[in-house]
Amino acid sequence: MLGFRIAKRQEPLQWGSFFIFFAALALSLGISCLLLAIQGKPFMRALLLLWEGAFAHGYSLEDTALKSIPIFLCSLGVAVCFRMQVWNIGAEGQYALGAVGATWAVLTFPDAPAWALMPLMFAAAAALGAAWAAIPAFLRLKFELNEIISTLMFNYIGMLLLEYYVYGDWKDPASFGFPMTVMFPDTAIIGSMFGRIHWGAAVCAVVAVMLSVFLKRTRLGFELMAGGENPRAARYARMPYNFLVMLVMVLCGALAGWAGLIETSATLNRLQPNVMVGYGYTAIVVAWLARLRITSIAVFSILLAGLRVGVENLQLELQVPAAFAGIMQGLLLITVLAGQFFNWYEIKRVSGMEGEVDTPGNSGNAGNAGNASNTGNTGDARNAVNGGLE
Amino acid sequence: MTAELIIPILAATVQSGTPILYATLGEMLTERSGVLNLGVEGMMIFGAFGAFLFTYFTGNPWVGLFMAGIFAGVLGLLHGLVCQVFQGNQVVSGLALTILGVGLADFLGTPYVGVATTGFTPFEFPVLSSIPVIGGIFFKHDALVYLSYTLPLIFWFFMNRTRWGLAMAAAGEHPAACSAAGLNPVLMRWAGVFFGGFLVGLGGAYLSLAYTHLWTNNMTGGRGWIAVALVIFAFWRPGRAVFGAYLFGGIMAFQMRLQALGATLPSSLLLMLPYALTIIVLLFSSARGKGRAAPAALGVNIEPGE
Repeated sequence: MLGFRIAKRQEPLQWGSFFIFFAALALSLGISCLLLAIQGKPFMRALLLLWEGAFAHGYSLEDTALKSIPIFLCSLGVAVCFRMQVWNIGAEGQYALGAVGATWAVLTFPDAPAWALMPLMFAAAAALGAAWAAIPAFLRLKFELNEIISTLMFNYIGMLLLEYYVYGDWKDPASFGFPMTVMFPDTAIIGSMFGRIHWGAAVCAVVAVMLSVFLKRTRLGFELMAGGENPRAARYARMPYNFLVMLVMVLCGALAGWAGLIETSATLNRLQPNVMVGYGYTAIVVAWLARLRITSIAVFSILLAGLRVGVENLQLELQVPAAFAGIMQGLLLITVLAGQFFNWYEIKRVSGMEGEVDTPGNSGNAGNAGNASNTGNTGDARNAVNGGLE
Repeated sequence: MTAELIIPILAATVQSGTPILYATLGEMLTERSGVLNLGVEGMMIFGAFGAFLFTYFTGNPWVGLFMAGIFAGVLGLLHGLVCQVFQGNQVVSGLALTILGVGLADFLGTPYVGVATTGFTPFEFPVLSSIPVIGGIFFKHDALVYLSYTLPLIFWFFMNRTRWGLAMAAAGEHPAACSAAGLNPVLMRWAGVFFGGFLVGLGGAYLSLAYTHLWTNNMTGGRGWIAVALVIFAFWRPGRAVFGAYLFGGIMAFQMRLQALGATLPSSLLLMLPYALTIIVLLFSSARGKGRAAPAALGVNIEPGE
């Protein structure tokens, strides 16, 4: 009599996780193709168009790289929050406030020289983005308010705030009623570095290196990594837990704010509502797919930016709605999340007799293994919904 | 203010609170079984699309209503698959579900944007509608509203007085004890995600079949997230959910009335009201005491072999 038994691994799967990712990618692409087939679209051609649109030509590669810049910045901040088990879903709103802050600086000091205006824009974007994140952090620490919901609500409010200004006080009188500000002066536009790639890419590189050094080489960075894995232990070790929660939120807010600033200044050259295209939500997908690691975040930012650009190509050629990108992101996240199961568990084929016996080592390890991984720590989800800190 | 002015606003409050009530009770059922599902927004809009699609093709809104529940329930089962079989993180899985559900509704619904369909129409409830004031507020609606009046009572009775309801609550409070008592907590949670999703789908159906009679993108507009917040506000008990849902219904009806009157406040500021109110309402529920806390095992997966 043969049966199957699920057993916890002693150690997480190493090289195999790479293949699991590709299996998940293939599965999500397969389901996406099925959806296209249902709508009567040629799905094999769609896959080709997706690839071509994203990575095959110099022009599309540039597009992908450009879109990956704001996703990367937002995702870095989100990942740092998730490391601390702070479920900040609010990058989208913090991005909106960054765009608003930068625009405020430009519209208030339109004649300032570039050496003064540019730093002011970065400061304003970071300050407003950080403030937008600091409020939910404060509400969580002071009133145990669930940050998942508060940051989400702040996304909606932030987007409406942006619209309020663009439709109202900041609307360009010469725009024929369109909701947009005046074109930014040259001093407020982030110029190109090479080709169409602008200096925002350099900002990403600098931020990534600094964040990496901070997390790996400083005491505070170490506390931050440790605090997330076990909040109670962190508190016993007299780590400034509340300060760290506030720190990661503010950091994420500032980074997302810069993403909003860069998109407004370098890509649109003015503020208009279509600056909001959901980069903040994509950043969550990226952070999780990359398992919160900085180098992987860079890779996945490019991958998901490519997905967006590729879907734009599908839109042009096959009239596939833009929402298709959302479906693929959701599917990818779900399949990868499910696939990570195999990192920590294995399915053993056993005979009926053996199946009844569980080796004590397995069950003993189970608790530790679950805590150490980023994927297995579902226990903390309970804290997440309560907003509770014990 | 006179009765002629107040009664329509209160009636509109009941109407716009109804989809939120369905969604809140649905998420509450799921959470009582121990599963945290943040996919409510995605399930709700996917349900709204299912309701529209099947009503459009069959001409029978009851078929549409049932299919809305099935559509959203199936997404709930997907959450169950990720969290129960593959032990995925419930928070992330729920977020993925929202992204997926919103995307699916948008993608599949694009050809139908602006297309009208039949749906549920208001009728005066016999006898009760002739009660002064109360009749005007509560009994001149459609069938789904009348159905929603009974729902919190059924919910309460099911959770507190039936074997299945108590078993489900046990799966949410203490799966190991539930299992020791000879019950199957995993099965209870499967039921929780499916039937909770089913109710959320009915809330979505209300939007496409009763609130409006047509399909538009982004129909839910954050109502699913408000429902998630209201479950916490309601302390996982159906009675307070009714209060919360009508509170939000009221603010939405009020905000629309102001816009229609051409208020001097810009519409973006008015539109912020429900979202700001969500945060304020949650602040009022942050005090926690006996009987107010979340199910003890909420968000904790049941590991295989335990």
